[in-house]
Amino acid sequence: MSRTRTPVVADWFAGEGESFRLLGTRCAACACVFFPREDGFCRNPGCPGGELIEVALSRRGRVWSYTDGRYRPPPPYVSDPELPWEPYTLIAVELAAERMVVLGQAAPGVSVTDLAVGMEVEVVPGVLDEDDGTTWTTWHWRPVGVGG
Amino acid sequence: MSGEVAVLGAGMHPWGKWGRGFVEYGVVAARAALADAGVDWRDVGSIVGADTVRGGYPGYVAGATFAKALGWQGARVASVYAACASGAQAIAAARAQILAGLADVVLVVGADAAPKGFFRPAGGDRPDDPDWLRFRVLGATNPAYFGLYARRRMAVHGDTLEDFAQVKVKNAAAGTLNANARYRKAVTAEEVAASAVVADPLRLLDICATSDGAAALVLSSMEFARHRGASDPVRIRAVSTVTPTYPTTVLDLPDIATDSAAAVAPAEETFRASIARAAYEEAGIGPEDVSLAEVYDLSTALELQWYEDLGLCAEGEGAKLLRDGVTSAGGRVPVNTSGGLASFGEAVPAQAIAQVCEITWQLRGAAGARQVAGARVGITANQGLFGHGSSVVAVR
Repeated sequence: MSRTRTPVVADWFAGEGESFRLLGTRCAACACVFFPREDGFCRNPGCPGGELIEVALSRRGRVWSYTDGRYRPPPPYVSDPELPWEPYTLIAVELAAERMVVLGQAAPGVSVTDLAVGMEVEVVPGVLDEDDGTTWTTWHWRPVGVGG
Repeated sequence: MSGEVAVLGAGMHPWGKWGRGFVEYGVVAARAALADAGVDWRDVGSIVGADTVRGGYPGYVAGATFAKALGWQGARVASVYAACASGAQAIAAARAQILAGLADVVLVVGADAAPKGFFRPAGGDRPDDPDWLRFRVLGATNPAYFGLYARRRMAVHGDTLEDFAQVKVKNAAAGTLNANARYRKAVTAEEVAASAVVADPLRLLDICATSDGAAALVLSSMEFARHRGASDPVRIRAVSTVTPTYPTTVLDLPDIATDSAAAVAPAEETFRASIARAAYEEAGIGPEDVSLAEVYDLSTALELQWYEDLGLCAEGEGAKLLRDGVTSAGGRVPVNTSGGLASFGEAVPAQAIAQVCEITWQLRGAAGARQVAGARVGITANQGLFGHGSSVVAVR
């Protein structure tokens, strides 16, 4: 049975391959950028509030820090309790243009031993989990220059 | 100073995994604090409960739940929630009522019965809740964030795994002296290094457990204390419950990203540093005046961060302060003389109150084998997720 590919959260990312991007919003009045996106209000306390316009975030950034999950997280994280737990890596990435840090899982196969603070990484499309009818898609961070 | 309130009584239920409900723990702590204060519950004008999200509805209305359990006597009631900072908010609410003349004596209680394993978000599909999202999208547990901070410190400040382990060694040693602590066994650096990695680079013994426990305080006006013959009580001089300043620059749980600092320059200090600064300013003291501190060591690495955020040393010098023995028993500013979360495990709504219990006993000179000689000023520090600062300064 073929599954439908659905983003785990709507409108947080879009595109395929090299055009894949995280999507935030930018306030038209003060130029503040938000990710996860704010669509209802600008959170800059000095801003009277402007229209929030969708904006793609930088594709590349540098590792701010990283860790991994050696134990199965509780729900709502989805994992098959019948299968042995496979640790995954989390990377916090500093985006220079946006001057913000965005957390994400690392691409499959990237472990903490592959990483260093300051290393350049890029955002790539990934799969979070699958159920009967749906492949839930997400974003992954992957060191630049590593094929995938 | 006109803004002070007296700490007439402090009490706790020992931390552990007791398998009973939070109300029982809270009642034990409340009665202990009332007995310590020499105050009859029926003379208490107001009760403030720090909520737990783990007890169903009674947990959301903790003030009334404890009031009913102690026996309805008509007191004014409030219940507050601020995650790990709930206890400080309860103290702040009690203090405000006393200083406003709404109550002469207030009972503050926090208690929790924690589940086994990782804390998890409340049930249901809630894609507009950042706490739900970080689990659903990233599987990012609390220790994952502790791991990020620890790795960042190693990269930026040169902290080592040995430094982190020594925090556990120090706090476990203090815990052996505290009858209220859950863990009362000395721990070696080798035992820390041999424990399982939970969230790289942190191991099981770098990360605090989740516990059952309760803590309570009886606070009063200075006038009420004098009438009761308490001529030189421990006084709370500041309670900092500040929020962050936009844009935040440190990735804090439960967030998936920091704010962007592209359009608005960030403040010069981080949120955690601002929590302590607000407390110092309100108390009219500085870090140099501090005799001891109780800080929220959710992880060993985070304790080192608090040294810097409290101004006990410059940024990046937390590990050196530890290595020099400054924060150990007998040092210039002992930190977590109670044993800290390393020895207690976290009982969320009780924890910030428990920090003040320890400071109170220390300032009274009643901390037994843990006593800090000549303690005059104590500060607590803590942070609740979703932007809740928590710091209390007590003096004697």
